[in-house]
Amino acid sequence: MKLPLVEIRYAINVRPKPGILDPQGRAVEGSLGHLGIDGVSEVRVGRRIELMVEAVDDRAARAIVERLASELLSNPLIEAFDIEVLEGSSSLVGTPG
Amino acid sequence: MTVRIGVVIFPGSNRDIDAINALEVAGAEPVTLWHDQATLDGVAGVLVPGGFAYGDYLRAGVIARFSPIMRGVAEFATAGGPVLGICNGFQVLTEAHLLPGALLRNRGLRFVSREIAIAPERLDTPFTHALGERRPLRMPVAHGEGAFYADEATLDELERDGQVLFRYVDPTTGAVAGGEEDRSNPNGSLRAIAGVMNAAGNVAGLMPHPETAVEAVLGSDDGLGIIASFVASADARERSAGPALVGAR
Repeated sequence: MKLPLVEIRYAINVRPKPGILDPQGRAVEGSLGHLGIDGVSEVRVGRRIELMVEAVDDRAARAIVERLASELLSNPLIEAFDIEVLEGSSSLVGTPG
Repeated sequence: MTVRIGVVIFPGSNRDIDAINALEVAGAEPVTLWHDQATLDGVAGVLVPGGFAYGDYLRAGVIARFSPIMRGVAEFATAGGPVLGICNGFQVLTEAHLLPGALLRNRGLRFVSREIAIAPERLDTPFTHALGERRPLRMPVAHGEGAFYADEATLDELERDGQVLFRYVDPTTGAVAGGEEDRSNPNGSLRAIAGVMNAAGNVAGLMPHPETAVEAVLGSDDGLGIIASFVASADARERSAGPALVGAR
């Protein structure tokens, strides 16, 4: 049996793919003038999801997060994502090997 | 016997009553299908109505996609069963990969609720055969995320394969709408696409609301031909226990 369980906190950053019009980004950009700020452009708005995963090891935890990110948290047609490890990952715990 | 058509109800659906009314006007027997049931109760067709399923959290339609009823709908669709998604129901079907493309935030950023016009691209499909002719059909839109998007290659493919079902048009002339600057295109949909079909031709979705334009007292009955086509196709398929009335090319 693979023990112990690892507990890893991840963040998934989802953002509109390049070339996809991002109306939210456009709205934010449009408001900058009201703040008296210039020199800011190419605003893109995405979302960040943080979650905790329990699994037998790092690799299994990562596989769960990748599946979640590609099947639920993002729509691959219009969005890209990256995954950050926030805490809990360690070669000390359950690295497959 | 009257043909039985399922109406899927998610938490947050709000056009289900309109869908039920439209099916009755079209002569069908509506059967409500609750989101957490896994079977379709033997219906001959499925209508996924509008609303804000599961609050539209994350992305419109995505949470609904994973509900038990949608597994049943996906199996039904794969077996050739007729499925029609309207507004949020269209979003659900794209998220479920039963239809191509995605619905983005309206390009004008605003929720749009007003009457528009669409015209069918084809009259030989299970969703349009009762329309009889190509003309502008007046009906409402009511959505914040209805801009149809697919990459250029996919758009070309959809056009080539006859999967574009409806486009936004000028309500008077019937001319296909332009881009987001054209008021006839309410949400900035690419190539003014308002509705599409799957490759097999048995699943369709559109953003406008034909189900709320089925009686003159509602302001328009131009939507009835779409609902009636769908009902007749489901009926014909059930009677012949064969494939949908007309498939895509």
